Amino acid sequence: MSVLDVRDLRTHFFTRAGVVKAVDGVSFTLEKGEILGLVGESGSGKTVTGFSLLGLVDPPGRIVEGSIRLNGKELVGMSDRDLRKRRGREISMVFQDPIATLNPMLTIGQQMRMALEAHGRVGPRAAVTRSEELLAKVGIPSPRARLRSYPHEFSGGMRQRVAIAIALLHSPSVIVADEPTTALDVSIQAQILHTMRDLARETGTALIWISHDLAVVSSLATRLAVMYAGRVVEEGPTAAILRDPRHPYTAGLIASLPAMAEPGTALTQIPGTTPSLLSLPPGCPFAPRCTHATEACTSEPVLERHGTRGWACFHPVGGVPA
Amino acid sequence: MSFLSVDRVTRRFGPTLSLGEKIAARLGADVETRAVQAVNDVTLAVEKGRTLGLVGESGCGKSTLGRVIAGILAPSEGAVLLDGQPVMQGTNKVTTRVQTVFQDPFASLDPRMKVGEAVAEGPIAHGLTARAQAAEYVAGWFARVGLDPAWAERYPHQFSGGQRQRIAIARALAMQPDLLICDEPVASLDVSIQAQIINLFLDLRRDLGLTCVFISHDLSVVRHICDRMAVMYLGRIVEEGETGAVFDSPAHPYTRALLASVPELVLDGEELVRFAPIQGEVPSPYDPPAGCHYNPRCPFAQDRCRAEAPALRLLPNGRHAACHFAEELPAG
Repeated sequence: MSVLDVRDLRTHFFTRAGVVKAVDGVSFTLEKGEILGLVGESGSGKTVTGFSLLGLVDPPGRIVEGSIRLNGKELVGMSDRDLRKRRGREISMVFQDPIATLNPMLTIGQQMRMALEAHGRVGPRAAVTRSEELLAKVGIPSPRARLRSYPHEFSGGMRQRVAIAIALLHSPSVIVADEPTTALDVSIQAQILHTMRDLARETGTALIWISHDLAVVSSLATRLAVMYAGRVVEEGPTAAILRDPRHPYTAGLIASLPAMAEPGTALTQIPGTTPSLLSLPPGCPFAPRCTHATEACTSEPVLERHGTRGWACFHPVGGVPA
Repeated sequence: MSFLSVDRVTRRFGPTLSLGEKIAARLGADVETRAVQAVNDVTLAVEKGRTLGLVGESGCGKSTLGRVIAGILAPSEGAVLLDGQPVMQGTNKVTTRVQTVFQDPFASLDPRMKVGEAVAEGPIAHGLTARAQAAEYVAGWFARVGLDPAWAERYPHQFSGGQRQRIAIARALAMQPDLLICDEPVASLDVSIQAQIINLFLDLRRDLGLTCVFISHDLSVVRHICDRMAVMYLGRIVEEGETGAVFDSPAHPYTRALLASVPELVLDGEELVRFAPIQGEVPSPYDPPAGCHYNPRCPFAQDRCRAEAPALRLLPNGRHAACHFAEELPAG
């Protein structure tokens, strides 16, 4: 059984200007210990997908349709009280900016103890032992002493490690990490990526890694889901997608990376801009920017499975025989 | 004489103390009186029509150096010369030949000013166009950067990030600069939009014969558009050279580690993504390590590195590197 099974998830925001369909039909499954990379540009719905999984979507947004099964339990429609019991224990989240998620007035030790006590009584000594153990695991030097430090006393990279340690406190089945290295320098990012890869392997926690950076995601994820305008347009094993993208958007995204071109030459660019989710054209949302679009693309393609992969396109590109 | 020469520039930031704080500090209270050496004795040269990439991690001083070259910040010591003429006199910028494009066009455009007016403001003030012809002048630049000239009547919030960056580029170019400083101009853009802006930049640079200083933490972008690159660490230049050569055979241990730490897609190789982290973190710029600033993280550090700061020197292969042992480092 998959730890997480998301089916046809739709999260819409009911604003004065109209209904913003931020997530509009997202499906994927996650196996134990698996790392899934959720890739997309701003406004593709990747963050709202992550928030939906934890039941953290606030009005005017709500999940209007779909199913999220975590360890077999349906989360959509679950009461706040029951959701709260699962958040942190079965599924937890790491955000982009740890300075915004850690309480500046409390020491790290106090915050970790609160997170532990949120799911049952923990003695002070046990709390310290568990917190220290996790800080050590995420690579914080002299963990016991650091429990008495405040968030501002840590560097950006170290703060993100603390946030990861807190997310791991209850050994959840799933961690959703939303752009956790975007605010960090490359050398620190590489350290965190290494730590995460080892942790996922060691603890069996499944990871959803949300990012706009293909190279970063691919360094961790065994599978990728590429999002565009609230939908997953392509999904499959990381290597297969990178070496042989089938959706024109995925292909365009990879081709537009500076690393893919000879220095100084023009980059392959995807024309146009990301569409407004308020006024999406009917049919394939990528069609207006797609060089392969035809009449057929005025109706919406669904994500069709082809072996271990899937794509939502009437005119897939590539298809090199393996 | 190079077109742009940065001559032993140092820029310090110290706290500006009020009288009360000065007295308190004198009496031994805990008042911050230390200064940060954001840019430390930097010498650089850029030839006409060339692009120099300035790379490094946050806090390395690359943006401060960019601002000193742009004439936004006065150097504490040293001078910046463009075509032999100083960019600044005292704390005043005395040329319009240097213009800047910043990272976040939302922060650098006045939200209550129509974008056309924002682009016209400088050229009118400096007599590059008459007020009566300003609209036409602006329309020309809008078309040049791929924007509909009719959009000059709009406000910044009506544009997407990529379009705003085009406006910022138009505003800088409307001053007809010879030198363009770009401070992370594509860092806040999505990948597909980033490619559009990079292509625009390549076209404009070629057509207008611009000389550029391109500041970025994104090494793949620097590799793509810069002729030469300089790597900074805690205020000092640790390596400078021709971009391709630096990527192929970095001479300084920090450059080596920095290049290796970036996840890079290798689509035709066995492994998909290659990267290796650097150990440790950048030390506090308030209290940089003695000798070579990189020595605590450097796997090759020796006693001499902890005692004596290496000068940026010319290596036999034409590279500049600030490392005592640049020639003796093991390969790979």
